[in-house]
Amino acid sequence: MPESRKTSLRAVALQILLALAVAGLVYVASTNAAQKLAKQGIVAGFGFLSRNAGFDISQRLIPYAAATSTYLDAFLVGLCNTLLAAALGIVLATLIGFVVGIARLSPNLLARGLASAYVEAVRNVPLLLQLLVWYVAVRVALPSAEAPASLGGAFVSQRGLALPSPDFSGSAWLVPAAFLAGILAIAMLRRRAGIAAETGRPPVRVWLPGLALTILLPGLAWIGLGLAGHPVVLHWPARGPYDVEGGLPILPEFAALVLGLSTYTAAFIAEIVRAGLSSVARGQGEAASALGLSRSQALRLVVVPQAMRAIVPPLTSQYLNVTKNSSLAVLIGYPDLVHVFMGTVLNQTNQAVEVVAITMAVYLTISLATAFLMNLYNRRVTLVER
Amino acid sequence: MQRFIRVDLVASRAPPAAVGGPLGWMRRNLFSSLANGLTTLLILGLLAWALPIALRFLVLDAVWTGASGDACRPEVAGRPVGACWAFIADKINYLAYGSYPAAERWRPNLAVALLALAAGWMLWLGAPRRDLGALFAFVAFPVCAYLLLAGAPSLGLPSVATGLWGGFLVTMVVAVVGIVVSLPLGILLALGRRSTLPVVRVLSTAFIEFWRGVPLITVLFMANVMLPLFLPGDITVDRLLRPLVGIALFASAYMAEVVRGGLQTVPKGQQEAAAALGLSQAQSLRLVVLPQALKVALPGIVNTIIGLFKDTTLVSIVGISDFIRVLEASRADPRWSAATIPATAYAFAALVYFTVCFGMARYAGFIERRLAAGERR
Repeated sequence: MPESRKTSLRAVALQILLALAVAGLVYVASTNAAQKLAKQGIVAGFGFLSRNAGFDISQRLIPYAAATSTYLDAFLVGLCNTLLAAALGIVLATLIGFVVGIARLSPNLLARGLASAYVEAVRNVPLLLQLLVWYVAVRVALPSAEAPASLGGAFVSQRGLALPSPDFSGSAWLVPAAFLAGILAIAMLRRRAGIAAETGRPPVRVWLPGLALTILLPGLAWIGLGLAGHPVVLHWPARGPYDVEGGLPILPEFAALVLGLSTYTAAFIAEIVRAGLSSVARGQGEAASALGLSRSQALRLVVVPQAMRAIVPPLTSQYLNVTKNSSLAVLIGYPDLVHVFMGTVLNQTNQAVEVVAITMAVYLTISLATAFLMNLYNRRVTLVER
Repeated sequence: MQRFIRVDLVASRAPPAAVGGPLGWMRRNLFSSLANGLTTLLILGLLAWALPIALRFLVLDAVWTGASGDACRPEVAGRPVGACWAFIADKINYLAYGSYPAAERWRPNLAVALLALAAGWMLWLGAPRRDLGALFAFVAFPVCAYLLLAGAPSLGLPSVATGLWGGFLVTMVVAVVGIVVSLPLGILLALGRRSTLPVVRVLSTAFIEFWRGVPLITVLFMANVMLPLFLPGDITVDRLLRPLVGIALFASAYMAEVVRGGLQTVPKGQQEAAAALGLSQAQSLRLVVLPQALKVALPGIVNTIIGLFKDTTLVSIVGISDFIRVLEASRADPRWSAATIPATAYAFAALVYFTVCFGMARYAGFIERRLAAGERR
């Protein structure tokens, strides 16, 4: 038998063995699990999702009540809370990260030193410890629950911030619709600006008119509804006997989580931004200043757009980290997906396999979808060389 | 004859004060423009405000000795009180060993000494016989450390239940197990992901992407509730072992990606040259490709280890008495209730983690500069 034939036979045999070993492992593990679950009297399957949850969740973006909502509702509430914390964390971390990253390359010695001290201090201390510190700090900074401080119509105390909550049911749906129209307008303006830039027509301004529209349109809708006799109902929080009641609550746990996540991730983003800016050839910045652009103009118009090519891929993996790290919320008691679903629901139903599978599937989906979009983006921005 | 050309040199003058000297240095680095000057003043103001506060809290107003929380209460001490280091001093053994029996604490100490030897042997690039070092670090040391910590009645070491382990000891155990398992497993996975055999490649890729796509907390929860389910019969898994399995698998996936990055930097010609010399595939991997790949990957490996060390804190959420959990337990001690105890505890923990992580980061930076020395001519 020739040598190459022998090696290829060996390769096939190795692969079959490996596949059989993995399949056998999965089979043994699943039969063991099925046996043990049957002994504990747990019915496998996702039927438990439609059962009544019967526990309360302190922050909810979608309607939820302990008495009537199901475990599926609890899952959705947790998922929304995770996404909210992650989204806000991402926005803040990007802002802080870019400021610090640019400061690390500043001509000002003190700004440079302060920025690198920040990065080193934050990167080398575990996020969990930072969250504990933020949680204590936020609670110490706020007045006690018995004597909430009032800010206009809102109240703030150790129980959190209670905002007046507008009721967008009935004809008031026009207000959020107007807001969405404003966002749509920004997208259309950006498209037009892109076409204008490519075809050499006079430039189109995007952000000023766009942002004005997103603020003005809902405002007009709000006033118009009021004049038409269908004013938007605001539920004001009120001082109750023990606590502030009503309104839209924002938990101190949420504030601590978002602050901790964003300051921690900002240190990593700052390093990515610094590396990206340094990857742009020096001559670019020098040419920009030779053309008479100021340092901020050179950064904004010349250096940063070129650096984005190097910044965006690691930046998205940091965004994924924010989403995954938001699961540390369980530590300080913010009701995110892991806390609500892997904590309370798992303890109540004992459906360990299903709950773990669903939770992991959510994070996996987010990760893989982001990776897919990233590949698309990379293909678009990669320099096409002849 | 009259000369119009000067023949002697003019003595050079000192540069104007605005360019040279300390004034010029300040102008260049701190006040090069109006905005820069304002930034400088702002930061100086910030430092002038924050540094004295930090200094007063950490050192000047700190309480260094005392037997209970009374020493750290301003109304008892009769002066403003900063950090309560007496609290840390009182709890230091608990923070280091948890409830590990006091008479047996020489065993963790010895294990740490062995760890220092293993780490030193691996990290000092010029050390003799680093192959023996690797054997020691990845085979002999784990066995010795396990026997020392858990005990072996046949060797005269009374066994100590893992429930008694705690504090920094457990943090080290979690981190070291994570490193010792994840490095070889990560190398295997990285090779598997680059394999030409489709089954090996797909399985490795799926394994890596799965662990990288989920948060560590969910992995720890999974290890806690599902590991006992998967095992046959009434085998119970040690409570400390469950998160260890989770962390080790999780870290392997990240390690695999770092090693894969290193493997990608080795030119294909190296492997072809090895084959031309008559080396088998295993030999060329062991003698030619991996040494080069691991050298390039070393800074990334150290960074992954830093991340792993920080991530060990998460085991406190699933009920393991690691450093953070023990610290929180000490903080709740009613004997030591004083206003500055939480801040003291967190400052101490931050200092401990910062020292370890920053040290490792500096090492990674040193390796990186050393590796780059070849390209910088």
